[in-house]
Amino acid sequence: MDEARQHAMPGRWSGFSPITFILLVGTGALIISSMQSVSPTPRQLADGLPGMVSLVDRMLPPNTDPAFLKRIGLRIIETFQIALVGAAIGVLLSLPIGWLAARGITPLGRGGYLVKAVVSLLRTVPDLVWALLFVATVGLGAVAGTMTIVVDSVGFCGRFFAEAMEDSDKEPQEALSAIGANRLSILFGAILPDAAPSLINTSLFALEKAVRSSVVLGLVGAGGIGQELKVAFDLFQYKNASMIILAIFVIVLVMEYVTDRLRVSVQ
Amino acid sequence: MSELLEDIRVGIRTETAQDAFAGSAQGQGKPILSATDLRKTYDRATPVLKGIELTIREGERVALIGSNGSGKSTLLKCLIGLHPNSGGQITVMGHIFGRSPDATQRRSIRRATGFVFQKHCLVRRRTVLSNVVHGMLGTEGSWRGFSQTTAPQSWRAAALRALHEVNLGEFAERRADALSGGQQQRVAIARALVRQPKLLIADEPAASLDPVSGRDVMELFSRLCEEHGITLLFTSHDMAHACEFSDRVIALRNGRIFLDRPSADVTNRDLEETFNG
Repeated sequence: MDEARQHAMPGRWSGFSPITFILLVGTGALIISSMQSVSPTPRQLADGLPGMVSLVDRMLPPNTDPAFLKRIGLRIIETFQIALVGAAIGVLLSLPIGWLAARGITPLGRGGYLVKAVVSLLRTVPDLVWALLFVATVGLGAVAGTMTIVVDSVGFCGRFFAEAMEDSDKEPQEALSAIGANRLSILFGAILPDAAPSLINTSLFALEKAVRSSVVLGLVGAGGIGQELKVAFDLFQYKNASMIILAIFVIVLVMEYVTDRLRVSVQ
Repeated sequence: MSELLEDIRVGIRTETAQDAFAGSAQGQGKPILSATDLRKTYDRATPVLKGIELTIREGERVALIGSNGSGKSTLLKCLIGLHPNSGGQITVMGHIFGRSPDATQRRSIRRATGFVFQKHCLVRRRTVLSNVVHGMLGTEGSWRGFSQTTAPQSWRAAALRALHEVNLGEFAERRADALSGGQQQRVAIARALVRQPKLLIADEPAASLDPVSGRDVMELFSRLCEEHGITLLFTSHDMAHACEFSDRVIALRNGRIFLDRPSADVTNRDLEETFNG
């Protein structure tokens, strides 16, 4: 018998430490206790089903009145404008912010951590909360929505831009540094070209995210088609609401298709 | 071992290269680079360079050889202020510094020095022409040099000339990563030469290439340095390259200069003692 066969058989659960086991049991207990508090019971589901059927019945068929469709069309354009302008400004602002936050690249040294912390703050606060803040400061309408998307995009892109720059190839940067290039030249000459695919991908995701966000911002008065949706539900105009939901579905679907195609072409 | 070294020195050395260096200016030009008692210690405990004394004169082509860990690359980087040294004094093109050059000296030294690294260090997603234009970064108005699109016309023209000199003019619009390793190293040479440096530093420029491409690159180096009167200092593990493409060989052993003599006078015994002693 060779030496390898003389080794003892490893235990089935040898990979589990007591701490891992306790954490798993604790997590399982937390999920089960939470389900008892907040998840729907089969009885609640059964009771709610007729209400849901009745709502769907009142939503169909969607309102296809030309005047209404024209109004919805204009709102969709406004929604798209909010998303596009907000994401574009957000992406542009995120480039210098990402540079300032990127570890090993930032000219601020340890100050880069402060920039990262600010970006984290922007990302942590939900977009609807930002929308409420901007509605309170600049008033109801699309401008508040655009400002919300800008902040949301900076929170999203700032982090991923910084990471893409941190992961960029270091050797060309060192070569340019040895030549005597300053930090800005290294940024434009070596870091951005190398990180470009990742930056473009992130920007496209930001645009996609902006479109999804911009359709709900209207719920708090920040412009776009969400405002029409809120009015439709508030006035029990369910056929209008179903048409708006359909329009939102189409706009999100089209945006995802376009950004997917763009991402493929960037690769 | 000695037979192998004999093959390297006699078999590979060509008449062309011999002729190219026949009229070299070894020991006759003005000093361009010198070090006095240069010391370098890493982590306050590991001495890498132990009192290096050397002078390199204008127009010389100097090969720096030695086994792994002998301090070749560290010496290169300390000599031009890329790494701070731990003691001694360095004079580069009239700039005298101790631990490291000040900002003005560093800028001036880097503007007059070309670098070629073991890995070509090109920006792979940029065009070949843009990569050569990068060689102008660090000069006046260099913010425009991050791409050939934004660079001044004179820089673009200089970059294209440099590409023609390395026989890659037709590849100017290709992406850098579409070229072979040997071609990329030639682009790196064009980038180093584009602003006509007085001194060219190359850290094992042929190490990442196959033998044929490596030889092409070294021949290119020697020809261009000869034509432009550039002082060349390069490290190499390849003894054939070191002896054939230099007119002076400096060997490092354990952080000290073990040998410093014209390449024509380097014997097999010298090489054996450098690597096996």
